[in-house]
Amino acid sequence: MFDYAPAPESRSVVSIAPSYGLFIDGSFVEGKGTFKTINPATEEVLAEVALGGPEDVDRAVAAARRAFQSWSALPGSERAKYLFRIARIIQERSRELAVLESLDNGKPIRESRDVDLPLVAAHFFYYAGWADKLAYAGFGPDPRPLGVAGQVIPWNFPLLMLAWKIAPALAAGNTVVLKPAETTPLSALFFADVCRQAELPQGVVNIVTGAGDTGRYLVEHPDVNKVAFTGSTEVGRQIARSVAGTGKKLTLELGGKAANIVFDDAPIDQAVEGIVNGIFFNQGHVCCAGSRLLVQESIAEELLGSLKRRMSTLRVGDPLDKNTDVGAINSAAQLARITELSEIGDQEGAERWSPECQLPDRGFWFAPTIFTGVTQAHRIAREEIFGPVLSVLTFRTPDEAIEKANNTPYGLSAGIWSDKGSRILAVADQLRAGVVWANTFNKFDPTSPFGGYKESGYGREGGRHGLEAYLA
Amino acid sequence: MPERLHVRKTYKLYVGGAFPRSESGRTYLVDGDNAALASRKDARDAVVAARKAQPKWAAATAYNRGQVVYRIAEMVEARRAEFKSLGVPGKEVDAAVDRLVWYAGWSDKIAQVIGNANPVAGPYFNLTAPEPTGVVGVVAPASLLGLVSVVAPAIVTGNTVVVLTAAPQVAITLAEVLATSDVPGGVVNVLTGHAAETAPWLASHDDVNGLDLTGIEDAELATELERAAAGTLKRVRRPGVTDFTADPGLAPMTAFLETKTVWHPKGF
Repeated sequence: MFDYAPAPESRSVVSIAPSYGLFIDGSFVEGKGTFKTINPATEEVLAEVALGGPEDVDRAVAAARRAFQSWSALPGSERAKYLFRIARIIQERSRELAVLESLDNGKPIRESRDVDLPLVAAHFFYYAGWADKLAYAGFGPDPRPLGVAGQVIPWNFPLLMLAWKIAPALAAGNTVVLKPAETTPLSALFFADVCRQAELPQGVVNIVTGAGDTGRYLVEHPDVNKVAFTGSTEVGRQIARSVAGTGKKLTLELGGKAANIVFDDAPIDQAVEGIVNGIFFNQGHVCCAGSRLLVQESIAEELLGSLKRRMSTLRVGDPLDKNTDVGAINSAAQLARITELSEIGDQEGAERWSPECQLPDRGFWFAPTIFTGVTQAHRIAREEIFGPVLSVLTFRTPDEAIEKANNTPYGLSAGIWSDKGSRILAVADQLRAGVVWANTFNKFDPTSPFGGYKESGYGREGGRHGLEAYLA
Repeated sequence: MPERLHVRKTYKLYVGGAFPRSESGRTYLVDGDNAALASRKDARDAVVAARKAQPKWAAATAYNRGQVVYRIAEMVEARRAEFKSLGVPGKEVDAAVDRLVWYAGWSDKIAQVIGNANPVAGPYFNLTAPEPTGVVGVVAPASLLGLVSVVAPAIVTGNTVVVLTAAPQVAITLAEVLATSDVPGGVVNVLTGHAAETAPWLASHDDVNGLDLTGIEDAELATELERAAAGTLKRVRRPGVTDFTADPGLAPMTAFLETKTVWHPKGF
C-alpha cells in the first residue's frame, strides 16, 4: 500500500458547546439529567447532553401539539418554503455538519461530506416540493396530516435518518418530537439551530435527547399520533407491541442480513468494488449492508483473491483524515457485539481473514474482516453483526442463490451482480427484499423508496411512497 | 306419496382445495346444520396449504389472476339462489358480485397506480413496484359482502389466505364457488369456528406474513392479536367498523402489498 501523508479535515469549522439542553418549543431547556457523548475515534468527551425524562417528553409532545394547529393550517406552499430554507441552510453549513457528524459518529469525513450531508440536503429539498402538491400524491384528493409524530432514530446515519423522518413529516403538515440515538445526539441538536435559523415556527420540531427509556416514553405517549422508528428488529417488535390497539400509525425500518449475489458472468472488478462498498461502507453500520456474500462456486476462488487484494488497500483510522476509508466503530458496546459474533464465527468453524492493518491505540476499532467456509446454520450468516464483517457462502445454481438469499427472517435489501439482463430481472423478482441493487450497491436517493419486507419492518421512507406514512 | 326427503349439505372446512372435516373431529350447530369446528391444528394445516400455493399464484400473470377472480364473480352469480336461501339479501349478492368484478379489474392495474419510476440524481434505472406480502390470515366478517370484500383484495394481488369465519354456511358455499372457479387449491382456505380460539394461532404463526382483523368486533381480542402479530412484525389491517357498500379504495389491497425498488446503472 502507498504511504499517504495525513490529510486531516480541520475541526475548527465546527464549534461544539460544552453542554446542550433539550430543544423544546423553540428553546433549549434543561432535562431531567445529563449524559456525555464521546468521539468514538479518541474516546474524548465532546459535550454533555440533556437526558430527557417522562416530563420532558410530555413538554415536547405538548409543544408539538400546540404547534400542530397552526402548522397544519398553513398553506402547503408556505410549509414548502420553510423546508426549502432548511435545505439551503444545510447546504451552506454542510462542511460544519459533516465534521460534526464524523466527530460524534466515527464515520470517515469523506463519507459524511460526500454521502450523508448531500443526501440530507437533497431529502429536505425533495419533500419541500411535495408540501403544496399532496393532493397529487395518490393518497386521495384531500390528504390530511396525522398530528404529532414521535420519531426515534439510530446512530449509524444520525443526520440523514433525521432528514428521512422530519422532512416528509413536516411536508405533510405534521409536527415532530424526535429522539436521536444516545451515542450520536449532536447533529440533531445542531439541526435544532438550523430550524431556528430558518425561523421555523416554535414547536414544529422538538429534539429530546436521551437513551432507550426516553424513546420508550415518546413512542408510548398517548398524545402521539404517529410513530416512526429506525433501529433494531428487537426494539421494533417491542414498539409494535406497545403501539398495538392504540390506533397510532406505525412505520418501522429495522435490521437486515442482505445477500449480495455474484454470478459467474459478473465483471469481477466491479463486483469487488460493490462488495467492499456493501459491507465496509460506514464501518458496516448499515441496516442494508451486504453482509452475506453469495458467490457462484466456479468463480469463488478468483473473486476472493481480488477481494482480499482490494481489502488490503483499505485505510482504517482517523475519521477526519480525507484518505480514510473505514472509520471508528461507533461505541464500545457495538465493538463488543462485533467482537463477540466474530468469535462465535471462529468457534463455529468459519475461517477468518483480515488484511494487515494498524489500528489506533485509543477509540473503538475493528479491522475489515471476511469469513469463508460459512454455512447457513452459522450465527454469522443469520444474525445482523452491524460491523465490517462479511460472511462468504457459495452456490451453484440461480435457484440455490435465491433460496439462500431468502433464507432469513430479514428482507431489507439485496445485491445482484451479473452481465445478463434477463437473469438480473428474474432474480430481482424472486428476492424477498425491499431494495434490490443490481450491479451496484448502497445507493440512496430521496426519490427512491427505502424499507423492508418481513422482519425488516414496514412502511417506506423516501419517494412518493414515503409520504404515506405521514398522511391520513 | 310422502314428500321427498331433502338431502342436506355437510359444512366442512376448505383447505388446500379439498373439503376436509376438522382434524379434531369437532362440529358445532349453526342454524340446525352441523359445521366443522376448526382447531389449532387445522389452522396450521391451512397455513401450510396457503404457503405451498403462494409462489405459483404470485407468479401467475396479473391477466390470469384477474380472469380467475372474474370467474369467481360468475360462479357467485350462478349460485344466487343458494346464497338467498341462506338469508343473504339479493342486493347483497349483487354487491358481492360487483365487488368481485371490480377487484378482477385491479389485478393488472394496481402496479401501475401505486408503482413508480423514480428520477434519482444519477445514471440509474430505478423502479418501484408492489409485490404480494405472502400468506395472510383473515378474520372475516360474517356477511357475504364482507367476506368477499376482505378475500378478493388479498388474493387478486397474489397473496394466499387463511380465512377464519363464524358464518359457516355462507363461507363454505363461497368455498364451493372458489373450488369451481379455477382458483388453485390453497389460494383461499376457509376455517369455520370461533375466531377467539383459532385467530391467536394465526397471529403468532411464524409463517404468516399478514393479518386482517376486519371481522373482529371484540376490541380487546383484536388488540391481543395485534400484539401477538408483532412477534414476527406481521402487517396488520384493522379498519374498525366498515361500511362494505362504500367504495373500498386501495387500502384493502395495499395493506398486503410490499414495495420493492430495483436499481440498475445506466451506461454504454
